[in-house]
Amino acid sequence: MGRILEINGPLVRLELPQTTIGEQVRVGRLGLVGEVIGRDGDTALAQLYEDTAGLRPGEAAEGLGWPLSVELGPGLLGAIFDGVQRPLQAVWEQSGDRIARGVAVPSLPRDVRWHFVPDPARRAGGMLKGGDVLGTVQETESIRHRILVPPRVEGELLELAPEGDYAVEEIIGRVRLADGRIDKLQLFHRWPVRTPRPFRQRDHAVAPLITGQRILDTFYPLLKGGKAAIPGPFGAGKTMLQQQIARWCNAEIVIYVGCGERGNELTDVLESMPLLTDPHTGRPLMERTLLVANTSNMPVVAREASIYVGITLAEYFRDQGYDVVMVADSTSRWAEALREVAGRLGQMPVEEGYPAYLGSRLAAFYERAGRVETLAGDHGSVTLIGAVSPPGGDFSEPVTSHTKEIIQTFWALSKELADARHYPAVDWLESFSGYVKSAAKWWAQHVDPAWESARAEALDLLAASEELQRIVNLVGVEALSGEQRWTLEAAGLIKEGLLQQSAVDAVDSFASPEKQFMLLAALLEIHRQGMKLVRLGAPARRLIQLPLLAQARRWKSQHGSDDLAALQAKRAAIPDAFEPLLQEYASTAAPSVPGEAAL
Amino acid sequence: MKSVEYRTATSAQGGLVVMAGVPGVAAGSRVQLRDHAGRIRSGQVIRTADDAVLVEVFEGTDALDLERTWVRFLDEPFRLPLSRDILGRVFDGTGRPRDGRPPVISADRRDVNGEPLNPAARAYPREFIQTGISAIDGMNSLTRGQKLPIFSGGGLPHNRVAAQIVRQARLLGEASAEFVVVFAAFGASHADARFFQESFEESGVLNKVVMFLNLADEPVIERLLTPRAALTAAEYLAFDLDAHVLVVMTDMTAYAEALREVAVLRGDVPARKGYPGYLYSDLAELYERAGRIKNRRGSITMIPVLSMPSDDITHPIPDLTGYITEGQIVLGRELANQGVFPPVTVLPSLSRLMKDGVGKDFTRDDHPHVASQLFASYARALEVRGLAAIIGAEELSDADRRTLAFADAFERRFIGQGEDEDRSIHETLDLAWELLSMLPPESLIRVSEAELAKYHKGAAT
Repeated sequence: MGRILEINGPLVRLELPQTTIGEQVRVGRLGLVGEVIGRDGDTALAQLYEDTAGLRPGEAAEGLGWPLSVELGPGLLGAIFDGVQRPLQAVWEQSGDRIARGVAVPSLPRDVRWHFVPDPARRAGGMLKGGDVLGTVQETESIRHRILVPPRVEGELLELAPEGDYAVEEIIGRVRLADGRIDKLQLFHRWPVRTPRPFRQRDHAVAPLITGQRILDTFYPLLKGGKAAIPGPFGAGKTMLQQQIARWCNAEIVIYVGCGERGNELTDVLESMPLLTDPHTGRPLMERTLLVANTSNMPVVAREASIYVGITLAEYFRDQGYDVVMVADSTSRWAEALREVAGRLGQMPVEEGYPAYLGSRLAAFYERAGRVETLAGDHGSVTLIGAVSPPGGDFSEPVTSHTKEIIQTFWALSKELADARHYPAVDWLESFSGYVKSAAKWWAQHVDPAWESARAEALDLLAASEELQRIVNLVGVEALSGEQRWTLEAAGLIKEGLLQQSAVDAVDSFASPEKQFMLLAALLEIHRQGMKLVRLGAPARRLIQLPLLAQARRWKSQHGSDDLAALQAKRAAIPDAFEPLLQEYASTAAPSVPGEAAL
Repeated sequence: MKSVEYRTATSAQGGLVVMAGVPGVAAGSRVQLRDHAGRIRSGQVIRTADDAVLVEVFEGTDALDLERTWVRFLDEPFRLPLSRDILGRVFDGTGRPRDGRPPVISADRRDVNGEPLNPAARAYPREFIQTGISAIDGMNSLTRGQKLPIFSGGGLPHNRVAAQIVRQARLLGEASAEFVVVFAAFGASHADARFFQESFEESGVLNKVVMFLNLADEPVIERLLTPRAALTAAEYLAFDLDAHVLVVMTDMTAYAEALREVAVLRGDVPARKGYPGYLYSDLAELYERAGRIKNRRGSITMIPVLSMPSDDITHPIPDLTGYITEGQIVLGRELANQGVFPPVTVLPSLSRLMKDGVGKDFTRDDHPHVASQLFASYARALEVRGLAAIIGAEELSDADRRTLAFADAFERRFIGQGEDEDRSIHETLDLAWELLSMLPPESLIRVSEAELAKYHKGAAT
């Protein structure tokens, strides 16, 4: 038993010999929990997950003997945890509206009995190793929770409980380890959050993560098992975009980590998710979702821990063979928590006060994403999407620039687009994806072989229009040739009719890959038809007046992903809209009215 | 320990005093300090070990010596006595009366630092508040329980805008405001404080207002306590007395500067522009105290006022604020110079909670679309205006000239309104349609075809 020597904000110096760095400690009369981050002789330095007000030098401190760990087992889905995995719903019931300090509530409910079905392949006398599936619990309608042997356990299965209802702490099996010791198995196990969970080997990511958001899926795809960042100044729609991804993506499990963000945003997720249905399974979205919330007003050290808690939960579901998406909002707040503690430790700041290890910590965190072959031989993936909140929207700041080097997909949000209420405000010039080639294979196989070329054609059009827009801004639109004016108009059509997508419009909020491609192909068709006419001498001015252009801008919200036939019909009718003009200009080798073509 | 006075100060400078040889002092404990003239100052323990205790003195360390300074550790955090009687009162930054009336006596004394609200206990704000200001109601609407700051600059009329919101804010269907107002000013000038006081008096709400004032010539360190005291009062009114509380805090920039001043004295590592790395968390501790709680009637709606240093929205104070609050109302110098009041620059303004508080069942079906269309059309119009400045208005096409006329009318008639003009949301939306009707219907793709048919005046040909 040790004692407190000094208290400085969230840091306490303890007289606590023989403790290990990373070990959990409990200090003071309130029993506040924290972790050791340094040793010096018989003193240890610890950071506490809760506010230290009222703590005094001389109060008791004890080491708990284990590092920060999470409980992994049935009862995770649909729950909301704080940054050190305390279940906030249960904490609310126990301590009221405000989070009282020193509250100790087990992460997984102890009184719920789960229906466990043993795996028929498991028999007493058989050999077991870490990651093997002992059996299953149907946790929600859509998710079957596989009960795993803890990764480091290996030995002979002595007994396994029969099918029946068990609470998480009940013993469901015994294993004789290689050294003869007998280990008990339960429906859950603990795992230290700062240690990545093991797997057999890394796999290639093959399938794109479909988010239903056109600018993401069609233009800057992310693969299941990939790493993406969403940087953007405040008000650019970061949170909305992440919530859209959490809602509509085709992952089997979604883990949403609110790290140092607004309380009301989590409330929004908590209130809206149960009402929405998963477009891929038809079940309520909350059944596959799990929230980790350390809002901005909650203690800063637990904020630092929260993303590790999130990623460990994600790895646990990956190990069951699921495709998991983890959204971390925001990694900047995590980095700031790191900076705050580093500052109190007196570590030498490098850029903007951040410690020198910022880059390596970020890289190590993102490395926990990936598609893997699990210990049991299944395939599972963790896709990591990290929001970045650059101060002043400056992408050259340390967190954004380090992140940019690590991730493969970069969805850059732009203040200018957001100000013009172009949502999602993903900047098509600043964003990039390193997964286009792999995604193209999938799109060619599952949707249309022309996907890659159509995507490139649209991006060329957007880039060309950017160039032309600069000219227009200098000398006005009249200076452009007919072809150039039509290019500008077609790019506007792509922006408004395809890239802009309303999160609040029931039809437009989610677009299936098929709808995305059909819309893209249709709009490009309009561009090509028009260009043909312009080259025949039709003035761009007359094309721009075609009602088709205003109509096409509305197609996205008129036809849902289940109504593709109607969209197909509209696409097929495109040439008809140009027919009268074509008649007029194709019949005359020269312009019918001299000089008009030049306009 | 409470009864013992220690005279063991070993150093004093810049608002901080180090006490030696006082073991077992609690972190965050309140401190009473008596100087050689017998004056009592108050402070707070910010770092504690058996051999040295660091104390922050709210009134500052001016005219202190080490030999004749007696310190008493009160062994409790800073607490504010609370009762219904705080309504109509004026306090200083630490909760002492400054209206010449006796102190509030109550057994209910609360820690001003508060405790974080459990996210699971929050109720999402959805009730539309009509402020009577078109630029806010129509395009950046406020909901009950939201925190929506006003980003302003020196010399802009943010106080008048805030006062107008306080006067006019009410729920739809309510005859008059049901709000109780908590007003906190830190680093404010005497003139500003007087302006608000008079404004509350004129609108006859003074008995429903609690004021916490720390003025520009008062101790900087006390400024860190002022918003906390005010928010503690607000929480009491909202969640104990079921009141709907509107909190106006001004000026957050003065608060952040005070925080920086103290951080430098403490020797904290600076992050951006010398502000400490914990500025974000510290601001969040304040802003996140707004909101609603499940199963409770009351609410806290917060309107912090913030002047952007050199009108720079990327400065750390507005920047970090924008990351925490649920949007921002940005005031602009250009509009102000043109005589537009309130000079709300709508494009960088935003209300994050608007999507859930307007439209069918809340205001009017077409509201979300109209707002979106106004943003899009005005953004487009500003592009045209930029172009006109280069090539001259006479070179513009007819369509562009119409767009330009729309921009002018929009700024003068929609954004601009009287300081006492209280527009209903229907008036605001009807006005929006009148202005949008200056543009050809086919250019309005954010509104539905049905809405066009119903509301567009079709005059544009």
